[in-house]
Amino acid sequence: MLRVDCLRSVYSELENCFVVTIMGAVAAELHSLGHRPNFFYLQHAMGLASSTGLGLALCLPEQTVIIFDGDGSLLMNLGSLSTMARYRPKKLVHVVFDNESLLSVGGFPTATSTGTDLEGIARSSGIPRVTTVRSVESFKTAVTDAVKANELTTIIAKVEAKGPVAYVTDLSLLENRFQFRRHIQSLKAR
Amino acid sequence: MPVSATSSKLIYEALKECDIRLVSALPETWLVHLIRLTDEDPGMILVRLAKEEEGVGVSAGAHFAGVKSAMLMQNHGFLASINGIVSFAHLYKIPLLMLISYRGSIGERDPWQTQGGNVTEPLLRALGIPYFFLDGLETVKRQIRQAQTLAESSLQPVALLLTRALMWEEQ
Repeated sequence: MLRVDCLRSVYSELENCFVVTIMGAVAAELHSLGHRPNFFYLQHAMGLASSTGLGLALCLPEQTVIIFDGDGSLLMNLGSLSTMARYRPKKLVHVVFDNESLLSVGGFPTATSTGTDLEGIARSSGIPRVTTVRSVESFKTAVTDAVKANELTTIIAKVEAKGPVAYVTDLSLLENRFQFRRHIQSLKAR
Repeated sequence: MPVSATSSKLIYEALKECDIRLVSALPETWLVHLIRLTDEDPGMILVRLAKEEEGVGVSAGAHFAGVKSAMLMQNHGFLASINGIVSFAHLYKIPLLMLISYRGSIGERDPWQTQGGNVTEPLLRALGIPYFFLDGLETVKRQIRQAQTLAESSLQPVALLLTRALMWEEQ
């Protein structure tokens, strides 16, 4: 299963959500499918995409927030699972692309390649809905169900360690950040 | 415990007057009253963290949502947040109002706090983070308001160091 195919399968569902991604391949691939003002790509600060999604979800409890996380990033901030579980915003969907690799820096294996079980960690942290998927079809179903579930969900998506050709996009970090906030504020003003 | 309830209440009132609606926190002795006040206030979102660096992301999310936030931490929590501050708050110009208990400075009795006390100000300076001392009851409210104003206008982290003089009532 390729991550970009997973992203493509749910792309149309992202229109009415606020989306936060980690850096590297996830950001580049989502951007390559077509940038939207409701997408924020955290191009550094590994581990904090989930915390950012949590902050958004706690402040905007009526909005669906989707985090596209990765195994390397999540392993840097496992405490985030316990913090998310503690407050469990109902409309927060936490997707973890697990390619068992720090792909963007050359493909070094992470601890999930030697048996660390992110589904088990998420479950034991207290995340109420946790699932692991291994096909694009089941990925799409899991995300669609999670958006409707009205309960904090973590989805571990086992994907191949294959990334995009290029990691740098033509969207500047600050442009993305200001556009994202302005977009949210414009929706609130309606 | 001689943590000043009076000072804590004043600080909390100042945060409310700044329209702060989300506070992230990790417990530390000097912050007990502040965290309790936050927890008891139905108009405030308290996010109890596992590690202080998470608070940078939480505050960024709040900022995107249009909600003003503050971070309560010990100076060792500031040390634990530095990558998040540099590679998120600075990189993406995110305002952070950081209230940092200044442990390990003058009067500190706990040996384990002293090394962190030594490096707090040099690190704030090295990171280019504007910082100010909260040390008197009469100036607390104005300083918090002004620090919050600076964080919002400059879109960067601003630190307020909660001093022993303000937070600790010696027996």
